[in-house]
Parts: sequence; C-alpha cells; structure tokens
Amino acid sequence: MKKLLVPLALALVLPFAACGSDDSDGGGSDTTLTVYAAASLTSTFEKIADEFEAAHDGVEVKLSFGGSSDLVTQIQEGAPADVFASADTANMDKLVDADLTGADPQDFATNTLEIATPPDNPAGIASFQDLAKDGVDLVVCAPEVPCGAATQTMADKLGLTLHPVSEEESVTDVLAKVTSGEADAGVVYVTDVTAAGDAVNGVTFPESGKVVNTYPIAPVADSKNADLADEFIQMVVGDTGQQILGDAGFGQP
Amino acid sequence: MRSERPVGVPAWIFVPAALGGALVLLPLAGMLSRVEWGDFWSLVSSDSALTALSLSLRTSAASTVLCLVLGVPMALVLARTRFPGQGVVRSLVLLPLVLPPVVGGIALLYTFGRRGLLGGQLDALGVQVAFSTTAVVLAQTFVSLPFLVVSLEGALRSAGSRYETVAASLGARPTTVFRRVTLPLVLPGLVSGAVLSFARALGEFGATITFAGSLEGTTRTLPLFIYNLRVTDPDAAVAMSLVLVVVAVLVIAAARPGRSTT
Repeated sequence: MKKLLVPLALALVLPFAACGSDDSDGGGSDTTLTVYAAASLTSTFEKIADEFEAAHDGVEVKLSFGGSSDLVTQIQEGAPADVFASADTANMDKLVDADLTGADPQDFATNTLEIATPPDNPAGIASFQDLAKDGVDLVVCAPEVPCGAATQTMADKLGLTLHPVSEEESVTDVLAKVTSGEADAGVVYVTDVTAAGDAVNGVTFPESGKVVNTYPIAPVADSKNADLADEFIQMVVGDTGQQILGDAGFGQP
Repeated sequence: MRSERPVGVPAWIFVPAALGGALVLLPLAGMLSRVEWGDFWSLVSSDSALTALSLSLRTSAASTVLCLVLGVPMALVLARTRFPGQGVVRSLVLLPLVLPPVVGGIALLYTFGRRGLLGGQLDALGVQVAFSTTAVVLAQTFVSLPFLVVSLEGALRSAGSRYETVAASLGARPTTVFRRVTLPLVLPGLVSGAVLSFARALGEFGATITFAGSLEGTTRTLPLFIYNLRVTDPDAAVAMSLVLVVVAVLVIAAARPGRSTT
C-alpha cells in the first residue's frame, strides 16, 4: 500500500513545494528563520522580528501564529520551525517530552487574566465574582486551552462556579464575542485588553495575581539555523524584547 | 457508421485523473492510519461525544426541515416564474455556497445578534438567538439552503412543465397541481437536495463557531467538538472524525439514486 501511496503523494505535493521555495528565495534574503509563536504574542513578536531583521542583514523572520497546542502538534508532525514560543509551560513541556527542543526552554514573559466587557459594560461587571451572577452572558476559553485552564483555576481558587454561555477555542474568539456586543463579559489576558484598545472595557480584579501564565521559548531540535534561533531567543529575553513585551502589558518572569 | 465501442479518452488523461482521486482519498487514508482501533469504541461513545453527535443530528434535521419549508417555494419561484432581476436574485440566493462560512457567521451575527439589525426587535420579544441552539440551526440553514434550491431548481427545469399544463387544463387548481403533479415529478431531486442540505448542515463549522459559540449540549456540534478535542485528545478527535466520514459516505450513498438520469 505505502509503495503506491508515497509516490502518488509526492507527485501531488512536490510541484507546490517547489512553488513555495521559489517564493521565499525571491525576496533576496539569504536565510529564513521560522518562528512559531502563541497567538497572544502576535503584535509583540512582529515588532521583535522587525528589530531582528534590522540587526541581521539578509535574514528574514517568518512568523507563524496559532494556538500553542496547535503549534506543538504541527512541530511534532515535522513543521519547519526554528523557534517555538508557547503561551504556557504545559505545551512547551509536550515539546520537551518529545525531545524536540534544541536547548532548555527559557521563560520570557508572564500574563495575567483580566475581564473584558463591551465599552458600556451592560451587565455592570466590577469584579470576578460578578461573572457568576445570574443573567450575565459570560464567554470564556474552553478548559482545554491555556486561557481557559487559567480561568478555571481562578474560579476554583475563588470558590466560584461559572456558567458561561460559550467556551471558545482561543482568546481572540472570546474577544470577538465581547467586541461584537454578544457577550456581557469575557475572561481574557491583560495584554488582550491592552491590544483591543477602545473596542472593549477592561475590568481588573485584585485576585488576578493568583493565576499567572508563564511564556517559555526554546529552539526547535534539528533547526538548520540553530545559531540564529539562539540569537533570536536572546533578543526576546534581552532588553529589546522585554521592552516591547512590557509595553504590550506582559509581565517579567 | 456507429462504433459499438464507446469513444475512448486519451491515455494521458488517466494521470491527472488519478492524481485528483489521490488528492481526495489520500488524506482519508492518512486519517485512517492514525485511528486507534483498540480504543475506538470507548473514544466515540464517551458522554460528551454522544452529546455532540446527538446535537449535530438534531440541529441538522431541524435545519433540513427549514430548508424544505423555505427552499421548495424558492426553487419553484425561480424555476417556474419570471420577474425582473431574477438572474440577480438567483445569484444572490446561491451566495452562501461560495461564501466562506465564517463570513456567513459574521453576517448572521450582525443580523440576529443582540446588537444586530433585528437584535432590538428580537430582544423586545424576549428572544435571544446568540449562544442558543437556534443560532446553530440558523447558521446551518443559511449555509445549506442553496444546496436544496439548486438541486430542486435543476430537477424542476429538466422535468419541464408539460404535465403541469395538462393538469391545469383539466381544471386542477395551482395548489393541487403543485401537490399532485410537480412534487411527485421532482421527488428524486427533492430527496437528493434534502440529503445534501443535511450533509452540509452536519459539517457546518465556521458560521456556527462565529455566530453560535461553543458550549456542550447547546451549541457544540460534532465538528466543533472535534476542533476542541484535537487539543487535548487527538486520538479521540481522529475517531470522531471517522464517525463523521462514515456519516458523510452514507449520505452520499443515499443522495446518489436521486441524481441518476431518469
């Protein structure tokens, strides 16, 4: 079976693979560094990548953003990543356990939870406890994804039972339900509220420090650009990266 | 002189044809290769899996009924009447067919959502659509309605209106003609259209997750459940995917007779 399938599959894929590499070569860059990063790092890592490209002639940084667990799966299936930045330690651990990291992961940022409501805060949310009130249309992340796990832990620590109307797959989905006014409140990260600007109203709560999400970064094993990957990580954990991350609301590890 | 043998196709045509077939079938083989057969039954019969399956079947059935109630009259109007702008209307009705479902979801949100076009009126009636099973059915109907309309309009056009004219000339009223002549005549097209609508509703993902959200037992249909599951339990996600593939194959098998050349 495989003898027949493999050539067929190759015949299908190779023409497109050729197109793909043509494109990246066309830019005039000598080297491409591929960075897989959690979706919540989108704006900050775009800035860090710009800084990195400015400091390294002929190097192009390609960024792929997604849910941390999706990215881990992709790397496990052979995706050509040089660096992986995760939104939580659990997903980085998966990569470490699979022997797919080139060096020990380093923590580079922390994030805490914040409540987002539509700008006019129709349900009058003022505390995390308010989220459990009757009649509040609350949207959270599903417990399977990092932001949902953090929300669940927070509710447990405060002895609350939340009754969300929807458990979304990512922070951005939660935010979308809030900005469109469908939900009265959503639990997201501090950095998401900062990034959303006027589209949402942020409600901070004193207990937010009880649950802190740590972001680790590591080079991917067998990277062809191991040295560059290392330099990129140094930039993220160094002054440049920390400045950009701090501006976006991330905490220092 | 007519040849007994059918005209052959050029030999080279088999190469791209086989590649096309491989493009469709290989991913299925890839998925099958990852199925954990030993745990298969326990994976697909977990409580949350059955809840998602049951929700999917119920909402898809409801949206198929809605498609029939709305789509049959639409197909009839498009196939049997003439009015200015008919071509434009037909194209617009088919829009959900080519629209990315997530765009459909956004459109539905800004129509039936709390702050949408009809949100105020619905709110006054005490109806909240977002995050409810109703939203799932609406999203599914939105994306699957064109399948029914297209199949049925085609069937109506190829059936022609001769029998209807005869029935009318014998004194049958329009409703009687519709019920006794038109419907039986296009029944195969109607069945295959309904089955296709059901299949499309069953597979609906983008509009649902954008418009209805994802909550077990209320809005988390099978595709959303699989999307959620792949994060924590890839084996179960693959097993549930296989269930959907089997359902899809059964649906295609059921729809085929209706498309035969009669």
